[in-house]
Amino acid sequence: MLYGLFDGMSPSNFFNFSFLPKYLSFFVQGVEYTLLLSVVSVAMAVLPALLLALMRLSKWKPVKWLSGAYIAVFRSTPLMVQLYIIYYGLFSVIKIQPYTIFGFIDISRFIPGVVALALNSSAYVAEIFRAGILAVDAGQMEAARSLGLSKFQGMKLIVLPQAIKNILPALANELVTMVKESSICSILGMAELIWGAKTVATTTYKTLSPYVLAAFIYFLINFPASKGIEAIERRMRRGDRA
Amino acid sequence: MEIGHEIICAKNLGKVFDGNVKALTDCDLSIKAGEVVAIIGPSGSGKSTLLRCLNLMEIPTSGTILFNGVELTGKKVNIDEQRQKMGMVFQHFNLFPHKTVLQNIMLAPVTLKKRTKAEAKKKALELLERIGLSDKADTYPNMLSGGQKQRIAIIRALAMEPEVMLFDEPTSALDPEMVGEVLDLMRRLADLGMTMVVVTHEMGFAREVADRVIFMDEGKMIEENTPKELFEHPKNPRTQLFLSKVL
Repeated sequence: MLYGLFDGMSPSNFFNFSFLPKYLSFFVQGVEYTLLLSVVSVAMAVLPALLLALMRLSKWKPVKWLSGAYIAVFRSTPLMVQLYIIYYGLFSVIKIQPYTIFGFIDISRFIPGVVALALNSSAYVAEIFRAGILAVDAGQMEAARSLGLSKFQGMKLIVLPQAIKNILPALANELVTMVKESSICSILGMAELIWGAKTVATTTYKTLSPYVLAAFIYFLINFPASKGIEAIERRMRRGDRA
Repeated sequence: MEIGHEIICAKNLGKVFDGNVKALTDCDLSIKAGEVVAIIGPSGSGKSTLLRCLNLMEIPTSGTILFNGVELTGKKVNIDEQRQKMGMVFQHFNLFPHKTVLQNIMLAPVTLKKRTKAEAKKKALELLERIGLSDKADTYPNMLSGGQKQRIAIIRALAMEPEVMLFDEPTSALDPEMVGEVLDLMRRLADLGMTMVVVTHEMGFAREVADRVIFMDEGKMIEENTPKELFEHPKNPRTQLFLSKVL
């Protein structure tokens, strides 16, 4: 009886990749879709995030509060819910005609996905920016202001160039997170990696190995990326100019 | 040096920090052109706060400050424009670590369009020459000693050709062997007629270089006089107590 319970987890189910020759394109396109979705989303999140961070650091209470509220909402609700609300809410008002680019990316699904992920990510990236800016010694802004530079000039010329060193590794980590998190978009039929695995699983009745393969691919992307980021971080810290 | 017209006039300055910490109470301060004023007193007495109020690094909670007749505490004033004429030197130097020494000095004059890049560079190199650090022009600040950093911070402020220089404990973060070179530069500056307000723990410097010394305690200006009078015949018991500890 007990033995039968683990039947489904035998190695033959785990590593049965006989579907690969026929269904390889699902995985290749899935990876491409996933990477494109993640990179575009994080890239789109950068500017709003910088704005949110500067608002959060502002002395002006309403502005500070607005940014704080945005960050709180997007960090305290599930990404899946945000995705549903943006897809069925926002994008039932803004209608995008189905149109396929690169042969497999339907922009009427891709764009809502990017918007949802970018809005979500901007809340996290805003906190990355804020921490990066706060890590720069307050004396730097003071010195800039004492010379007659405006707050904006001080931020642009003195604080942000120094903050970027703290920000870049964290931003790269956000991208790694996004590669994984974007799998949520499969629920709305975006043809990314998990959607590909799911489609292969239901078509071939192999319920386990397509997901194992997907997990393996995610790992192959993210593990080296994380290690690379760590190495760059270490190098930057060594080259720190006091 | 000839003492001229009044550059800074502060009246009834008060500063209360969040949580009702009184840092300054009713300070009246007048600085005349060419004058060197030293502010001394125990730590936490409000010396730095008073100095930082003069260029509005710290916004006073009461009182007025006139700089060349312009009311800095007024609503319509462009404080950035006024600060260009008030140099400030910090305890921790605050050089820009991502810029070379030359870029540090050129940044403000070029950004604020006071000078073209070529002019700013010429002026910066001249200033570096004068403090004997020409060879450091293309070095980053982390390669310099504390004394070199502070001297460069001083000429970075001078590059804007300010009318007054504010020094906030400029030698407090330095190793003892480097204090001398910074004080020497400040002394030369005083000899050239620069108007200076110096918050300092260096009693020797205050005594020799200052035209006037102000003693502060608990956020108030307790006593002010010529260095000779203040150091040799302090009138207030608190001044006497402080001097008996530090001299």
